[in-house]
Amino acid sequence: MNFLKRYWRVALGMVVIAALIIAPMYLNRYGLFILSQWAVMTIAAMGLNLTLGYAGQVSLAQGAFVGIGAYAAAIITANGLPLIAGLGVAIVLCFAIGWILGYPALRVQHHYLAFVTLAFSTLAFLVFRNESWLTNGIYGISNIPRPTILGYPTNRPLPFYYVCLGSLALVSLATWWLIRSPWGRAFVALRENPVRALSLGIDTRRYTLMAFAIGSALGGVAGTLYAPLTQYIDPVPFNLSLSLDLLMMVIVGGSGFFFGPFLGAMIAVLLPEWLRFTQGYYLMIYAVAVILLLIYSPSGILGILDRYLTERRTKAASALRAVAKSGLEPAP
Amino acid sequence: MSNLLDLLIAGLATGAIYAIVAVGFTLLWQTSQTINFAQGEFVMLPAFLMLAAMHAGAPFWLAIILGMLLSMLLLGLGFKMLLVDPMLRHGVLPLAIATMALAIGLKEAVKQFFSAEASPFPSIVPAGDISILGRQVALQSVGVLALAIAAVAGLTALLNRTSIGHQMQATAQNPTVARIIGIPVERMILLTFLINAFLVALASLLITPIYLAKFSSGEVLGQAAFIAAIVGGFNQVRGAIAGGLLIGVVDNLAAAYVSTQYRAAVPMVLLILIILLRPQGLLGRAEERTV
Repeated sequence: MNFLKRYWRVALGMVVIAALIIAPMYLNRYGLFILSQWAVMTIAAMGLNLTLGYAGQVSLAQGAFVGIGAYAAAIITANGLPLIAGLGVAIVLCFAIGWILGYPALRVQHHYLAFVTLAFSTLAFLVFRNESWLTNGIYGISNIPRPTILGYPTNRPLPFYYVCLGSLALVSLATWWLIRSPWGRAFVALRENPVRALSLGIDTRRYTLMAFAIGSALGGVAGTLYAPLTQYIDPVPFNLSLSLDLLMMVIVGGSGFFFGPFLGAMIAVLLPEWLRFTQGYYLMIYAVAVILLLIYSPSGILGILDRYLTERRTKAASALRAVAKSGLEPAP
Repeated sequence: MSNLLDLLIAGLATGAIYAIVAVGFTLLWQTSQTINFAQGEFVMLPAFLMLAAMHAGAPFWLAIILGMLLSMLLLGLGFKMLLVDPMLRHGVLPLAIATMALAIGLKEAVKQFFSAEASPFPSIVPAGDISILGRQVALQSVGVLALAIAAVAGLTALLNRTSIGHQMQATAQNPTVARIIGIPVERMILLTFLINAFLVALASLLITPIYLAKFSSGEVLGQAAFIAAIVGGFNQVRGAIAGGLLIGVVDNLAAAYVSTQYRAAVPMVLLILIILLRPQGLLGRAEERTV
């Protein structure tokens, strides 16, 4: 039975991956843009899920890290260097800033990280807007080139969509490996019971900083894809509301579930597009839908599924117990 | 020097409004662990309720009363019953996220049903200057400051001098014990939501004539109130008042003396410094560690 379940799961995964590869061939330019945006936002949300869902730290700065990544990519490719250099700079920069930013928050209790990151978000936005010598201020940076991969240019929307999808796949694999590694288990231990984790010899400070820094670096990765995707960046998309949106994606999808960010980003990016026919009302409907979902299931969409599966498993277990018990009873 | 005095008075006037909003924010946190990310939008909405009443033909004073009552009904009772009550038992974070969604919903609703443009809003303080110590000071600043001080003084008196105030404080400090000694905890929590709704409506009435009524005006305000509450001390009403006044003054002085580009950065740096040096806030008590 267990074998069968795994078989179904693999089959479902195959179908989804095949759909993500084949279906876009029939999409128009705009559809491809939205799907690429979904992939990019999923990467950023996965980073936040690592920080929030696995290590239990609330960050309100993920949008700022996406911004830092985007500006790093834009500035470096504008100077003629390849995108991969921008990616390296973005990862190192976001990791370092995340690490430093975590320090003041860790001196005190955990929810202060949320406050510090909130302040950082605003500061980062001001730097993007005001340091014109670097970021070109409110005019933004335009004509950001798309990369050439293995000699194959990705200027058209479809190839670049595959770049985004491929990056998403790589990041997913890396994250999957990370949360199953001893580090990932240490992150979960931090979330569940920091005092116990400390008494078991886990250096809680280091691991908390690490979780936050890795999550931030993934935000930077998303940013390096965002810049060539839109080919134009200005400070506005990276203000506090992007951080809040990303946080909403993680919670709505189901924080602490591996596939939570995929679903959350899908709802945040695709649902407003599907609701476009309602014209001005779509964001209102989106807001109401999020509130209703959270009232019904505070652990997000995957929380509903998880609850359903646990219930079924409990029922199956108690049925087994009943059978076992009746077998033990002496025959009359 | 004279310039400094003007800046101080203007800063205190905005700061007093921040303080009112921050106090409401702190009250909700204390009595029901609600971090209200829609607090700024709560300030934005009553002005539009009042404008709607005036469009329907009501005189200004009646519109104010209607706006206050409606905002207490919607942002006090409605907010508590429809959003906070069903979500509270699930912990702080999902509720905070739900209020973020609420903020988006309120903004979009006003944009869709009212206007995406900024609308002028009549001031309850007459325009003109007043002479204080031989200096001309805008009547608006003085009036706003006076009204805000009156509101804060009234609230402090309510909390510290009346039986209901003591019951509310007991509810905030320890709901279980409060319930045991016979305090109607549920009613007290509802009361704090109504007080918050009243405070945001008052803030709306005071600040909208200065910044115009716009669907997005809550963003900056909510953030300022949030920072004021943390800087002053998350668990203290008087901390929130001090924090609000401080942020208002610092913001105004920074605009004049640091740079207009980075004025918004100064309160943020202040916030980070406070968290580094005095994490419980200027007037707050250190929270007990929960294990």
